[in-house]
Amino acid sequence: MRIEVDLDLCQGHAMCELEAPDVFSVPRKSKVKVTQPVPPDGERAAVEAAVRYCPTQALRLFHD
Amino acid sequence: MTLLEPRLVSGAAADGHLEELRRDPIALMRRVRDECGDVGRFDLAGRPVVLLSGSRANEYFFRAPDENLDQAGAYPFMTPIFGSGVVFDASPERRREALHNQALRGDMMRGHAQTIADEVGRMVAGWPSEGEIDLLDWFAELTIYTSSACLIGSRFRNELDRRFAGLYHDLERGTDALAFVDPYAPIESFRRRDEARAALVGLVGQIMAGRTAAGPPGRGDRDLLDVLMSIRNPDGTDTFSADEITGMFISMMFAGHHTSSGTAAWTLIELLRNPACLAGVVAELDGLYGSGADVCFEALREIPRLESAVKEALRLHPPLILLLRAATRELEVLGYRIPDGALVGATPAISNRIAADFPEPDAFRPERYAEPRQEDLVNRWTWIPFGAGRHRCVGANFAMIQLKAIFSVLLRNWTFELAQPPGSYRNDHSKMVVQLAQPCVVRYRRRGGAEAAA
Repeated sequence: MRIEVDLDLCQGHAMCELEAPDVFSVPRKSKVKVTQPVPPDGERAAVEAAVRYCPTQALRLFHD
Repeated sequence: MTLLEPRLVSGAAADGHLEELRRDPIALMRRVRDECGDVGRFDLAGRPVVLLSGSRANEYFFRAPDENLDQAGAYPFMTPIFGSGVVFDASPERRREALHNQALRGDMMRGHAQTIADEVGRMVAGWPSEGEIDLLDWFAELTIYTSSACLIGSRFRNELDRRFAGLYHDLERGTDALAFVDPYAPIESFRRRDEARAALVGLVGQIMAGRTAAGPPGRGDRDLLDVLMSIRNPDGTDTFSADEITGMFISMMFAGHHTSSGTAAWTLIELLRNPACLAGVVAELDGLYGSGADVCFEALREIPRLESAVKEALRLHPPLILLLRAATRELEVLGYRIPDGALVGATPAISNRIAADFPEPDAFRPERYAEPRQEDLVNRWTWIPFGAGRHRCVGANFAMIQLKAIFSVLLRNWTFELAQPPGSYRNDHSKMVVQLAQPCVVRYRRRGGAEAAA
């Protein structure tokens, strides 16, 4: 499982941080930082929710 | 390489395609795609509109930075409604700030779901065991209460009644495309728009006067209006007038009002036109709530059949049919030239029905959102009821939670049936804000026996 961020699209709404706080962090007035680009399988549901609820669809998930 | 000029669609009259845009915008935009392809052009009384559709052209549109494709100036019909200095009249930086609306933060959603469920409960509390509602009037009133309660506060919402919804409706009707030529042209819908705005300022002014007379509320009861009223200039005078506060509230509520109202109505109409799908959704909700679960928890979780029905209603009947930007310089898209100053449009109404991306494009097929098809995610640049990219609707999650909460309450205790021929429900496209055409009546009946007790 690998996360790709499109920083061109990210507007810093921080929905991903709400869904998966151990994987994403969004400082105030800034864009997303992926703290675990290759997250453990235990985070899968949370990361999938983060991808789904991103308001600008800036996140993509790849299953290698 | 020299750039191609986008081809002009047929049917131009003396005012270009303005009259057709006012009368039948979807036919006009469909003809642009049929005749010109992904990049075409129509004309608004001398101003070119480069109309984009299809995945590649839409991706260009939705990725473009504000410095190239700007929203300011693209929606001239909104300025008389919001007032000057608000939203599309503001700089891109100020708009980016405003986007981070506190009320739309994820951690606010549970409270909103409960608020919305309560508002639906209040609206149906007076229903007899069976009757009829007009979908436009009913959902427009409901979503005035839900959006004011969630975005401004319950204290403010409790000071509103049906008059606010009626006036707000006149604002939304004041969005004739004639505004591209003159937003203050002497036509009936613009006159009513301006009267409605003045009356709304009067209502908000009365509420403010009442609060001033009553003295400050307890800390926990303060809503956004109290906060705005408490802001003072250094000389002690109020920073915001009733006119300015009304403008802010109108603009905060605008994006979420007619859009949610229309989507709720169309979801119900499509479910009633497709009984098998309706039965599946009702069974899904009965399964969830049969064991006494709370709407404020379930509306935040997945309700797959209901969500798919909402998505399909959104695809077929997108509340916004034409998204616009103004080109701030000469630009290039797919080898075509966009002239400096042109309007550039993307069209959910047409892109959402591209047959190559959405098989059986005109049919209501909620199953297209289930895995592995997931046609909304696969077609990220053409499934665009919420737009896409950096300006994708910031209220999309809120909207879905709101719709899930509304139908969780409605379908639990009531059954509905169409009161008109199924094909007679349609949208009125004579204004830029699309609304259901009236009449649009459905019958309701209280669910009987053991079902209702669940």
